[in-house]
Amino acid sequence: MRIFDPHIHMSSRTTDDYEAMRAAGVEALVEPAFWLGQPRTSVGSFLDYFDSLLGWEPYRAAQYGIAHRCTIALNPKEANDPRCVPVLDELPRYLDKDNVVAVGEIGYDSMTPAEDHALAFQLELALRHELPALVHTPHRDKPAGLERTLAVVAESGLAPERVAVDHLNEVTVARAADSGCWMGFSVYPDTKMDEDRMVRILKEYGLDRVLVNSAADWGRSDPLKTLKVGKAMLAAGFTDDDVDRVLWRNPVAFYGQSGRLDLDAPDEAVSDGTFEGNSILRGAPATPAGR
Amino acid sequence: MLTETDLPPDARAALGAALEGDAWEREFIAARRRVGREAAETFRVLLLRGARADAATVTRLYERGDAGERRAVLLALPDLPVGDAALPLVEDALRANDTGLIEAAVGPYAGRHLDQHLWRHAVLKCVFTGVPVAAVASLAERADAELARMLADFAAERAAAGRPVPPDVPTVLALTPPAATGQEA
Repeated sequence: MRIFDPHIHMSSRTTDDYEAMRAAGVEALVEPAFWLGQPRTSVGSFLDYFDSLLGWEPYRAAQYGIAHRCTIALNPKEANDPRCVPVLDELPRYLDKDNVVAVGEIGYDSMTPAEDHALAFQLELALRHELPALVHTPHRDKPAGLERTLAVVAESGLAPERVAVDHLNEVTVARAADSGCWMGFSVYPDTKMDEDRMVRILKEYGLDRVLVNSAADWGRSDPLKTLKVGKAMLAAGFTDDDVDRVLWRNPVAFYGQSGRLDLDAPDEAVSDGTFEGNSILRGAPATPAGR
Repeated sequence: MLTETDLPPDARAALGAALEGDAWEREFIAARRRVGREAAETFRVLLLRGARADAATVTRLYERGDAGERRAVLLALPDLPVGDAALPLVEDALRANDTGLIEAAVGPYAGRHLDQHLWRHAVLKCVFTGVPVAAVASLAERADAELARMLADFAAERAAAGRPVPPDVPTVLALTPPAATGQEA
């Protein structure tokens, strides 16, 4: 089983996770820019985070044979913090980087005017930088939040097939399916979706435009939930090809719309086994052989 | 010195087009998509040189750049009209542990502008991190007795730990003045 996790926050995870993910079949992933579980206090904090998504994490991932790409954005929560909002002016430069395959996570948290502005502004950036958009739907007041999200997306002029609305569930899937957007499902140990509910949705709505992710982060979450969904699909009678479509071909098709998803490209960061000279393989002999 | 002939024809054409437009910085950022991984670094260096990028420009590109963009800035510095104003970028690269950045930072620009204390530490860091000292510009001219002492101490520490002494240590010691070996003249 080859797996592409289209939404996982690896900067919160350990090398043990990378090792287990690769063993489970994860060969590629996308890490969307989001918040840190606690508020940032400055634009500089975002820039350091973007550097990490564009450098350190791809290096760590490559050491375990996993291709790491990212999305860049001001997230919905921090769109409400005047200390953070000026990062919007920094985004165009980062959205031009080769490893950036979408604008995201954007969307709504509490549905404030500040969030309206950040969402519309960043959908415009997606158009200008010819990138798809990864849109987070709110955890509270979700159906109303999805409705408002889809209205802003429609108004933006970004084609629905270039937008993924994420964190869907039984209550919001029908409306999202009608919209023509890609449908993202985050499978969690306690909240959001679980693997059996995911299989029921796949049976009812089919496999088109469906993205299944672990959304694993700094909270209670499981970076192997993609594998567990694949196994649940097989147990429920789906074929290997069905699983490959949901867990590999669909995310490749969605992020491939960026024109930058070059998964075969050799990663020069690993050529000497180190990134910024700081080997992550602690305990390995630091021999500068041949150098 | 890199020239346009180091680029494949399509990348050379892209370079000319980028320099004619007013958006060459975007081409600099997206170099890998424009000309491929192989040619990207040369393309970036030639863009900076062709645009005669000043200190404010290279500082902006470096600070908002990924490792590939930063390397290109460092490599281009000797041929840019920046005086010693880009020295903070070299010092930043020497604080990093990215061997690619360290290697790019110890070229002719550092050879000309970096003060002797920081320059000695840059050489020691090359030896420590495995960057070949062949990358260090002005090595024979600037290697002095204090650098020899630092390298000798480093070699002693390695020997005490039972670890190998990098072959570049004797290479550099051979360039330092005889007095630097600690023997009375």
